[in-house]
Amino acid sequence: MSEINGNGNNLLQNSRSLFGNIGLPTAIIAAFWFFTLVVGHFVGISMSTLVSDTIKRAGMNGILVLAMVPAIQSGTGPNFALPIGIVCGLFGLVCSIEMDMTGMAWLLVSFAIAIPLAAFAGFIYGKLMNAVKGSEMTIATYTGFSIVALMCLAWLMIPFKNPKMGWFIGTGLRETIQLDAVGAAQILNNFLQFRIGKVIIPTGLLLTFGFFSTLVWLFFRSKSGIAISAGGINPKFAQAAGLDIDRNRVFANVISTILGAIGIIVYSQSYGYAQLYTAPLMMAFPAVAAVLIGGATASRAKVSHVIVGVVLFQGLLTTALPVANEVFVGTDLSEIMRMIIQNGIILYALTQVKRGVQ
Amino acid sequence: MSESLLQFKNVSKNYYGNRVLTDINFDVKRGEIHALIGENGAGKSTLMNILFGMPVITSTGGYEGDVLIDGKVINFKSPHEAMYAGIGMVHQEFMLIPGYTITENIKINREITYPNIVSGVFGKRLETLDMVKMNNDARKALDKLDIGIDEFTMVAGLPVGHMQFVEIAREIDKTGIKILVFDEPTAVLTESEAKNLLAAVRRLADRGIGIIFISHRLDEIVNVADRVTILRDGELVVTKNIGDTDAVEIASLMVGRKVAIERVQSEKRKISDQVFLNVKDLHVAMPGEMVKGIDIEVRKGEIVGIGGLAGQGKLGIANGIMGTYPSRGDITFNGKPMKLNDPHSAIASGIGFVSEDRKGVGLLLNESIELNIAFTAMQVGNMFLKNKGPFRFQDDTGLRKHALKMIKDLDIRCESPLQHAGNLSGGNQQKVCVARALTQDPLFLFVSEPTRGIDIGAKKLILDLLLKLNEEQGMTIVMTSSELAELRSICDRIVIICEGRVEGVLPPDASDAEFGLMMSGSRIKKAEDPLEGRAPNV
Repeated sequence: MSEINGNGNNLLQNSRSLFGNIGLPTAIIAAFWFFTLVVGHFVGISMSTLVSDTIKRAGMNGILVLAMVPAIQSGTGPNFALPIGIVCGLFGLVCSIEMDMTGMAWLLVSFAIAIPLAAFAGFIYGKLMNAVKGSEMTIATYTGFSIVALMCLAWLMIPFKNPKMGWFIGTGLRETIQLDAVGAAQILNNFLQFRIGKVIIPTGLLLTFGFFSTLVWLFFRSKSGIAISAGGINPKFAQAAGLDIDRNRVFANVISTILGAIGIIVYSQSYGYAQLYTAPLMMAFPAVAAVLIGGATASRAKVSHVIVGVVLFQGLLTTALPVANEVFVGTDLSEIMRMIIQNGIILYALTQVKRGVQ
Repeated sequence: MSESLLQFKNVSKNYYGNRVLTDINFDVKRGEIHALIGENGAGKSTLMNILFGMPVITSTGGYEGDVLIDGKVINFKSPHEAMYAGIGMVHQEFMLIPGYTITENIKINREITYPNIVSGVFGKRLETLDMVKMNNDARKALDKLDIGIDEFTMVAGLPVGHMQFVEIAREIDKTGIKILVFDEPTAVLTESEAKNLLAAVRRLADRGIGIIFISHRLDEIVNVADRVTILRDGELVVTKNIGDTDAVEIASLMVGRKVAIERVQSEKRKISDQVFLNVKDLHVAMPGEMVKGIDIEVRKGEIVGIGGLAGQGKLGIANGIMGTYPSRGDITFNGKPMKLNDPHSAIASGIGFVSEDRKGVGLLLNESIELNIAFTAMQVGNMFLKNKGPFRFQDDTGLRKHALKMIKDLDIRCESPLQHAGNLSGGNQQKVCVARALTQDPLFLFVSEPTRGIDIGAKKLILDLLLKLNEEQGMTIVMTSSELAELRSICDRIVIICEGRVEGVLPPDASDAEFGLMMSGSRIKKAEDPLEGRAPNV
């Protein structure tokens, strides 16, 4: 390319490619975040709290966002059916409580139950995605909604006995389950936690996120990972190269669903509560928005997009909330802003889908 | 002059500096059937687009020269204007609504109506249809064609032959139709249907309508047309009275010899008698390139060309064998029966494939050259991988080494092996495709349209490369191409495909006429054996 351009064009070219590399949504959100930080500083909000919260929220949402990568890479588009993975994770988590596990044991047993379940659910979901090629995103969204509704019944009807999770009167599980009761609240966050000045670094949480990010990054450099990506970029190419695209798509969605399950367990322990019933309903959207803000498209996503996106998106949310409350006293503007940003970003990204999902 | 209905005077057309038509001069007389013939890309469609004022012409800067109807210069801005001026077209694909009756299809958008209460209030669009008048008109149009089908029959379920007639009836029902263009009207018809159609075309001409008849079938043209105009590479070769010529002459004029063919045959080549690839009764469902039962034998060390006009099925053969489109048939490769519809096993058995769809199937445009080169070998042959724990990773060093070697060997002009394949020129992209096929260490290579969209210099490089592979490594190559000259320059023999079947096999030095006749599937030679005719559309 560059050999064609004269010197005069080079600067323009470079600035454009710099801008192109970062991407419009990323740049806008970054600028907006910076703006809220400045405003926050002037209205007297503690920067160290904001930074600590941002790091914590980025860490707890990270794996859920990471779940988008395999789905997008395989060509099925962002995994709007993330609630499938999430309910699998929640199921593992409540089963683990039912078995009276506490602390680290609770965490590991939750994973152990959730992962095979998520693998199975992801397999079925992947088959579904193959059956509805061309309208994956819509179908995925409603699959996610449906599974949440179905699980609402399950949470009520499965005869769990452990009083830590039941209603005080009647049967079924509570809407929010305190993880304090099993000694698991912030169990990862507190692992090797330290402070830099007033900023709290939840080492264990970040390590977990880092571990899974590395795993996904490595996977997409392996033979199967490359095959999955190729199928996503150009199905005809992959088919001509003798790949089984449908199988790869199923496989990618299995990984995505498993990451969703792991993600919600990590999220819940950091939050300190497990939220059942309709809580997972809308959880796919912030995750989709985050990865898109990070620079992914509906057909291409990298681990770096996840990291950049989750920090920017969660950073903006954590900052905007106290700042908006301070500036517009007595309103719920921050929540409205969150909805506008989140859905606006998804909308923007989906209009940019060129021939990504075929 | 007065009898000239339509005249093209010095018509030329450029597409972005690319000259596709040069100084076309011919005329169509009242009541004449004027055949227009030429290979794909000779300029027939462009000429018709000009006549109809298609947006593709106006939006690319119009054309030079004049088109005259009844001696008056016309310049249509849209197909609508052309329609009002009395020009109609019968398309190759039917533009009919299956769920409507014949009358409704004929009268669509030109319905005869009468006012009712509602239309008095809401306007003309809600007037009642006058089915009686419409049926009468439709009947008249059908009668002109001498077709006995009922006008109130549903189009869905009609035989294709009849659908074609409905289409024609719609055109002639338009009042004041002067010129009717038939674009390969018999391509999808059976023999008897085609015969009926040609008779109808003749009747229309007798009513004073000027007819432009585009077809690849020489015998048809010789039978039905009054005059024939031959186009080649955007130039008018000649216009002749049909009585002064014959199919053989038309064929040779159509093909012509575009470039001098230099055949450099080296002594080192070895063609063994062993049949390497044996294709029996291959059927491939590739849309637009249907293969309907083909037998081909390829011997080891040979370069076999597959030629034919577009849409006849030549591209379907390699795609079918490689499993990119559904296929059935018996194929033996290297002594073993081949599993069809399984690209993986086709590649694993040692067949390389350079697809005709370079940008779509051939390359990952936004990935590096090195990944493009190594991809298939990595996925199918497990090359360029190293094991680490549970994962098998891409072997970066091995990959880079191989990519650099390929870049050097094939002379791929690029900045680095990491450059995206999409940034390369067409010729270099093609070399990357070839490099990928070679990386699999194939015993056999399918190359489809290797020079499509590549400039002349690069074309020669690609062809030389294929020849070199064959000479130095004894690679057996089957090359499919629309460019006859290119097939004739390197192939040992050329299989001509017509209508999904093998029309015949010719040596590269056969005459232009032989190629032309065969490509147009001329049935002259077969006249004595009616059973050998075209299969009805399968």
